[in-house]
Amino acid sequence: MGLSTTLTVNGVTRTIQLDDPRVTLLDLLRERLELTGTKKGCDRGQCGACTVIVDGRRINSCLALAISHDGAHVLTIEGVAQGNRLHPVQAAFIAHDGLQCGFCTPGQIMSAIGLIQEGQAGDDPERVREGLSGNLCRCGAYQGITEAVLEAQKALAAAGRKEVA
Amino acid sequence: MKTFDYVRPATVREAVAAAAEPGAAYLAAGTNLLDLMKGGITRPSRLVDISHLPNLDQIEELPDGSVRVGALVRNAELAYDRNFAQRFPAVAEALLSGASAQLRNAATVGGNLLQRTRCAYFYDVASACNKREPGSGCDARGGDNRLHAVMGWSESCIATHPSDFCVPLVALDAVVEIEGKAGRREILLETFHRLPAEAPDRESMLEPGEMIVAVRLPAEAVRFAAHARYLKVRERTSFAFAVVSAAAALRVEDDAIAEARLALGGVAMKPWRARDAELILAGAQPGVSLFRRAAEAALAEAKPSGDNAFKIELARRVVARALALATAGTPERVPALPASPFASFSGEVIHA
Repeated sequence: MGLSTTLTVNGVTRTIQLDDPRVTLLDLLRERLELTGTKKGCDRGQCGACTVIVDGRRINSCLALAISHDGAHVLTIEGVAQGNRLHPVQAAFIAHDGLQCGFCTPGQIMSAIGLIQEGQAGDDPERVREGLSGNLCRCGAYQGITEAVLEAQKALAAAGRKEVA
Repeated sequence: MKTFDYVRPATVREAVAAAAEPGAAYLAAGTNLLDLMKGGITRPSRLVDISHLPNLDQIEELPDGSVRVGALVRNAELAYDRNFAQRFPAVAEALLSGASAQLRNAATVGGNLLQRTRCAYFYDVASACNKREPGSGCDARGGDNRLHAVMGWSESCIATHPSDFCVPLVALDAVVEIEGKAGRREILLETFHRLPAEAPDRESMLEPGEMIVAVRLPAEAVRFAAHARYLKVRERTSFAFAVVSAAAALRVEDDAIAEARLALGGVAMKPWRARDAELILAGAQPGVSLFRRAAEAALAEAKPSGDNAFKIELARRVVARALALATAGTPERVPALPASPFASFSGEVIHA
């Protein structure tokens, strides 16, 4: 069979010919679509730097075969801001110094967006930390990351209430 | 990574036919398989992608009250399914204590049962490993083996099965539904995984080409919902495999234990059902000395396979504590740190 995969990435649908079935979703994003915001850390599902949201679920894109994700909707860090307006999680990471070197940050932010959407952690810092344990930060910015996620969760909940009202 | 043929069957029947040839492997989420392929530990020549098969992602209640979970249901989906978690809270807690949120969002029920050991010598292709390469020896025997098996191991292999999910499933008499060339069959999960003996490369009762299509929990398993816990000791708070774990499920009547279920994880190449301990618990008044006696019975056959004698006493204490937690009752919600000993009995956080 010819190897191709059709993906909707950040709202844009495209069909990509693959010359090799071994290409991961991570490598496809970075090498073929030039979306290098998603980082390759360990490439083995242990660090979370490659986290993207696929069909509404945060996953490790390094452990996903591109060919197997035919038809999937993918959201990457490049797709979360609206023009120049940062996503509330991005803004909160800046406000709370949720980073130092920044390498893990796109994965942290995508994971945090996924965590907030899942709605299981609420405003409990222990549940936020547990829910983000798949994202490592070698600079140790965890304190700021937790504060950022709690604030963003609050802001998004308030925005949600406003929308409903 | 060795290259492979990629096939995407449209039905279970097609999948079974495509996987019949030597060198074929099923691909679901791939969270374990791709990792193994990247390291050259597993080198399939054909991947049969079952992730697009219809109807295998359902959680359904059957007319007899049992619950069937399709092989492609994601770990997180199952753990957060309110109906399922209420009936089988220890299973939900075990699921949420495993891996990371990203992996739980991808990893499937069938894949969890078939995940490979995390023995470092199995992962290191420069080491001798009878599981990876039959007849090559076992470097874990004289190596760094403090986390290895204390039950059911053999001279050829001392690895452990890493699943959390399987531990309460075995305690609750879960059944595996299997599809193969000869049609459908089922097998009790307790007898699904094989101990290493002389052939550690054969890890389950699956015949070549057979595929897991569902896991079923019997109706009786719901009776334990009010007193069911999973407890897991890890070397870090989160995102780590069990050093030792235990699932305890009790049916409590008039302050006595009417019926008990107990299984251990991290101690053997299969989730370890402790039936002798269950018999000691049945009909008795719950209490510290009873739990200790049950724990002694559960570990009666244990013996160190290396630098891991500590795991035997640790396992006894984990069993006793899991029984105490189960007696206290299932918390309304899975604790912030699922299955963690760093949570108080009521499920509250005891450290900042």
